[in-house]
Amino acid sequence: MSSAPRSAPFALTRNPMGRLVYVGADGGIHEGVVPVRAFALSAPDQGIALMSAEGRELEWIERLDGLPEDVRGLIAEELAQREFMPEIKRIVAVSSFATPSTWRVETSRGATELVLRSEDDIRRLKGPGALLIADSQGIHFLIRDRKMLDAQSQRILKRFL
Amino acid sequence: MTASATLPEASPLATLEIDLDDLLEFRPGLLSLTATQISDGRQTWTLTPRLTLTHHDHAGVGTLELDDGERRLACWRYSMGRNPAALKFERAFNRQRDSLASGLPPPPLLAGICPICRGPLAPDEDDCPNCARELHTPPSTWTLLRLWRFARPYKGMLLAGFLLTLASTAATLVPPYLTMPLMDDVLIPYQNGKPLDVAKVGWLLGGLLGAALLAWGLGWARTYILALVSERIGADLRTTTYEHLLKLSLEYFGGKRTGDLLARIGTETDRINVFLSLHLLDFATDILMIAMTAVILFTINPWLALATLVPLPVIGWLIHAVRDRLRTGFEQIDRVWAEVTSVLADTIPGIRVVKAFAQEAREAQRFREANKHNLHVNDRLNRVWSLFAPTVGMLTEIGVLVVWIFGIWLITEGSITVGVLTAFLAYITRFYTRLDSMSRIVSHTQKAAAGAKRIFDILDHVSSVPDPAKPLVLPPVQGGIRVENVHFRYGNRAILRGIDLDIQPGEMIGLVGHSGSGKSTLVNLICRFYDVSEGAVKVEGVDLRSVAVADYRKHIGLVLQEPFLFFGTIADNIAYGRPDATRAEIVAAARAAHAHEFILRQPFGYDSLVGERGQALSGGERQRISIARALLINPKILILDEATSAVDTETEFEIQQALNNLIRGRTTIAIAHRLSTLRRADRLVVMDRGRIVEIGDHDELMAREGAYWRLYQAQTRQLDALPALGAPVEEMEKPA
Repeated sequence: MSSAPRSAPFALTRNPMGRLVYVGADGGIHEGVVPVRAFALSAPDQGIALMSAEGRELEWIERLDGLPEDVRGLIAEELAQREFMPEIKRIVAVSSFATPSTWRVETSRGATELVLRSEDDIRRLKGPGALLIADSQGIHFLIRDRKMLDAQSQRILKRFL
Repeated sequence: MTASATLPEASPLATLEIDLDDLLEFRPGLLSLTATQISDGRQTWTLTPRLTLTHHDHAGVGTLELDDGERRLACWRYSMGRNPAALKFERAFNRQRDSLASGLPPPPLLAGICPICRGPLAPDEDDCPNCARELHTPPSTWTLLRLWRFARPYKGMLLAGFLLTLASTAATLVPPYLTMPLMDDVLIPYQNGKPLDVAKVGWLLGGLLGAALLAWGLGWARTYILALVSERIGADLRTTTYEHLLKLSLEYFGGKRTGDLLARIGTETDRINVFLSLHLLDFATDILMIAMTAVILFTINPWLALATLVPLPVIGWLIHAVRDRLRTGFEQIDRVWAEVTSVLADTIPGIRVVKAFAQEAREAQRFREANKHNLHVNDRLNRVWSLFAPTVGMLTEIGVLVVWIFGIWLITEGSITVGVLTAFLAYITRFYTRLDSMSRIVSHTQKAAAGAKRIFDILDHVSSVPDPAKPLVLPPVQGGIRVENVHFRYGNRAILRGIDLDIQPGEMIGLVGHSGSGKSTLVNLICRFYDVSEGAVKVEGVDLRSVAVADYRKHIGLVLQEPFLFFGTIADNIAYGRPDATRAEIVAAARAAHAHEFILRQPFGYDSLVGERGQALSGGERQRISIARALLINPKILILDEATSAVDTETEFEIQQALNNLIRGRTTIAIAHRLSTLRRADRLVVMDRGRIVEIGDHDELMAREGAYWRLYQAQTRQLDALPALGAPVEEMEKPA
């Protein structure tokens, strides 16, 4: 994808235990490193940090496409396994318009139920009509643009805004 | 370890329903554990002593990993709702594997301990109340009926009010009835040439006056009694809500905005109050009026009565149709209103920051935007609402027209007299004005229901640190605290991961570590501001969750970084934890806290007023008052959360002296950023990212050259390297 993938100043591999192993430019080895997006919501593709298991920043990656294919693949794979923010496509039904309310929703990751503890758990994001809904278990559900939902979902959603 | 078919006779010892697949999509799956195998439906692994099952979680997703010490064999995922079940499954797995390894049968689960959180179970309970607590039953839609709970104490007065309403409504219905004989027996015969029956006129007019006076008297009594009752109901509602709110855990307050809570307790209760005393009363009167009028009309002439009542179903339908839109609209207005007040509640306490960063314009803009949103929502609602009232008015006029048409026709047919038509017209004008005001009740009811819902939202919220149903009696507290395998999760972030700590009575423990290492959380758990997610905190061998919260907290003295002084006198503030303390005791506490002298320098001594945040006093002075406050309750357990970090070194020295008096003879847990202040601690506990990494006294830990030594070195070096204010500073590292 990228024009000239230069070799990264560090090495990243996956060990048989399924953990990422980082070897820095100075030769330091860290097992179980995690990639973290710095702006998970507003700019997910800019600024990804590799954190050690102890929570120290090992590497700051400004953009993913500057990295060699295999490293980029490992990071994308690990991010995909860590990131869980189902996007709500449709609100099928809600148990009540008073909170706590159980919603049956169809998401980008399949149909599920979420429990909205209070209206305060719906956070307005910067984009037009973008909402982030935290359910009682701490899972965050994203609505990219509430105006793009179907009429019924919008009607239900409006009662909580 | 080879994949093989599950043995048919092996019944599962434990199962776990998982709801996510490898790609993190919602798909149900089932893990099952038998005496010899573990299976996920696709693959089966034979248990060997080398197999390990580990669990961890991130961002609401839990993961179970199976490995044989060299390789990861499988990995399963689930949403956090299933975490307790997953932990249970993991434990079952470990027991089974250990018994295979040792050849002994697995140990029975300990009775009386919750298998999930290891908290104590009441002897007659199978489910741990702590783990089954997260009930998500929404409050019923008939929220207003739930106000009955508050009305019940005033049953007698309410009944009296109802009877008075009945009587006064009946009295108002007398005058139109009297117009009938006035018309037919007096006026029309007189017009036709008969002499005026003066006695009869006198009787009828006297009846009119009497009915009016009676209606006035009864109406007055009714309104007075019911206003009295509703005012009391409103006050009860307010105090009950506030009392309940105070009992809720810090977790609740952390997630709510002050402005919103203020609005709920203030405005909403008032709105419900007005609804009960005014609108509901009117509505009841209206219903009675309509029922009685209908009866009277039907007894006079059923056909004309029928014609009069024709528009009623239409209006009923109209009310119903508009109701839903109005209700959602009013709920929305409430939320938007809370948003407007929230902006104020955010900005006013932070006014210094706003001004310092010159963001007044931005804050004004934020307020303007909230108001704009408010306007927008109101406009939309008013569109429906403004159409509603005139429509009801128009229907009223049409109704009157129908009665005229039908009445004139009946008179020409000779089946009714002019008097009857006059009475009908008199009745229905009352009747329809009532319908009009009844249609208004819709909006008032919806507003009150929305308010009631928001109040009951608070009342229905169960404290996340609940008092046990049958609290154990706390034995005399000596100050021994045991923290057993404590985990704590806030939202989806694990903050404490397996803390074990045994604190002896009278010991002073210093908690050190980077910020975010979990020191304050541990202290909050020991105070039981929050409940542990897993494990237990025990005082004198009793789990904190099994004793009454207030019973335990009176043994705790707390000194915080930001001492909070309530509005009141200095003496009141010192005696906050023990309002019955004598003046001598207050002075003694202040002396011990080295606060006595500066208090005497205040204009009214101990009777001087201090403001909301104690503005007239310096940070060190406020801190010493809060130390005196903690001293006065003579607690066995003392918690100092960064008690000296907000003040300068000289003040710290004074506070330190005050603290030394406080610490004597008490179990003390101190958090301090400046390690030097913890030199006197018997043991220092070094924490890092939710775990204890080192325990020992200062010299031991320095000799070990471990985490504490690094912290200490960093601090002393920092102090040396810290540039003096105004000295040239190294340029900030530029991003690559």
